[in-house]
Amino acid sequence: MKQLKVRQLASQKIHIKEETRNFYNGIFIDLGELVIFSINVIKQFFRPPFEHRELIKQGFLLGNKSFALVGVTGFIMGLVLTMQMNPVLADFGAQTLLPSAISVAMVRELGPVITGLICAGKMSSGIGAEIAAMRVTEQIDAMEVSGTNPLGFVVASRVLATTVTVPLLVIFADAFSFLGAFLAVNVFEDTSATLFIDRAFAMLGFRDLIPATIKTLFFGFFIGLIGCYRGYNAGIGTESVGTAANSAVVVASLTIFVIDLIFVLITNIL
Amino acid sequence: MEREEVIVVKELCKSFGDKRILRGIDLVLHKGENLGIVGKSGTGKSVLTKCIVRLIEPDAGEIKVLGTDVLACDTIELNEIRKKVGYLFQGGALYDSMSVRENLLFPIRRTQFIDKKQDSDELVEKSLRSVGLLDAIDKMPAELSGGMKKRIALARTLILKPEIILYDEPTTGLDAVTSGEISELIIKIREEYNTASIIITHDMKCAKIATDTIRIMQEGVFVVEGTYDELSRSADKEIRDYFI
Repeated sequence: MKQLKVRQLASQKIHIKEETRNFYNGIFIDLGELVIFSINVIKQFFRPPFEHRELIKQGFLLGNKSFALVGVTGFIMGLVLTMQMNPVLADFGAQTLLPSAISVAMVRELGPVITGLICAGKMSSGIGAEIAAMRVTEQIDAMEVSGTNPLGFVVASRVLATTVTVPLLVIFADAFSFLGAFLAVNVFEDTSATLFIDRAFAMLGFRDLIPATIKTLFFGFFIGLIGCYRGYNAGIGTESVGTAANSAVVVASLTIFVIDLIFVLITNIL
Repeated sequence: MEREEVIVVKELCKSFGDKRILRGIDLVLHKGENLGIVGKSGTGKSVLTKCIVRLIEPDAGEIKVLGTDVLACDTIELNEIRKKVGYLFQGGALYDSMSVRENLLFPIRRTQFIDKKQDSDELVEKSLRSVGLLDAIDKMPAELSGGMKKRIALARTLILKPEIILYDEPTTGLDAVTSGEISELIIKIREEYNTASIIITHDMKCAKIATDTIRIMQEGVFVVEGTYDELSRSADKEIRDYFI
């Protein structure tokens, strides 16, 4: 009896080891496939026919759907950040630095990352689910058999659309956060809009703006790419639509942090 | 006079993991012929048609479509072949986000580069008229019934004037009357467009109306070939059972 239990435990251990190995192998296989997929998508950017109508349509849809959420989040972030930082800065008698501190924090880091995460949740999952549904209902296959490359029409247009819209949404989020911060500053003391803007931009330079903007381009590219990749490679059955959407959000969110880390390291070196 | 061979499949094999789906399929489709493929679910009928247009890559074998070896084609050559082969999917596979008009315009704008609105509109209307659904031109797929979706999908297939049409269960999920209409439509399309077709079906009424010959597939191989009348009166009970 005891021998049987030991044997069962040993076989369970082997099974777990195998599952772990498969899990890690799966990650590397997935990563390799994602690289090949992204190369094929980038090739489509330069290959006619250029799907400009679809690009504009997707850009409008994706941007429009996320605009309100990004705006409200930015506004609240500015408001909250100001209310949190004001007492701390007041202790050091540095309240005048508040607009500058908020603008640097928002433009450099919080604006891009928070907007990136919102877009990862909203755009990546939406794209993943939509393309997975197209895969499940054989719409992607229908495109292929009619001689149309779905990578160009479906994928490249969406990836380009997110690459363009995410940086624009970050600019909106930053602007709304300034508005929130301005209102919060006025709770503590009367400050004119001109003075607030002067102070907010006093410490902002191209060293802050350029890396932040480039970073958001990468955020947008990967948000679209991961959503498309998960949807395009969805399995069969309706269950795979949910799986594609869910995994797209998880991977895209994680990717936002990794890209952010890489950019911070590069900016610090430069 | 010998009829032209439009599809030739030799020794086609396909496995998914350990499961062997196609086990050395041989098939010849002639110009103007409507060939029915009948068999239980999961025997590899759809896999065979998907291999013919390379939606699924076979493991071994040879496939010639209109004289071209599709397995040796590059993407551009393959797309040229695909334009000549229409495929009617089980669920229709209409593009959800597009209206019926846009669904039909989609393949012609991308493959025939017809820019003139008038020319493309004429093609769309002609195609819809041939399936009897011109009224649905501005509807969205969600507003259509199952039978209408299949007909619109057929119109989308016809718009590229294919020489071959592969029908994957064209009457599945439809009532008897609509099934009969679709089956008649398949015959009408052959007469109008001079197409050759492979029709995968479980619907024996459709097989009777729309096919010239029928092949029965069991576990990845064809076991018998004949006309509807021959097979339905077969001495083998197992064969006869398909026609009950």
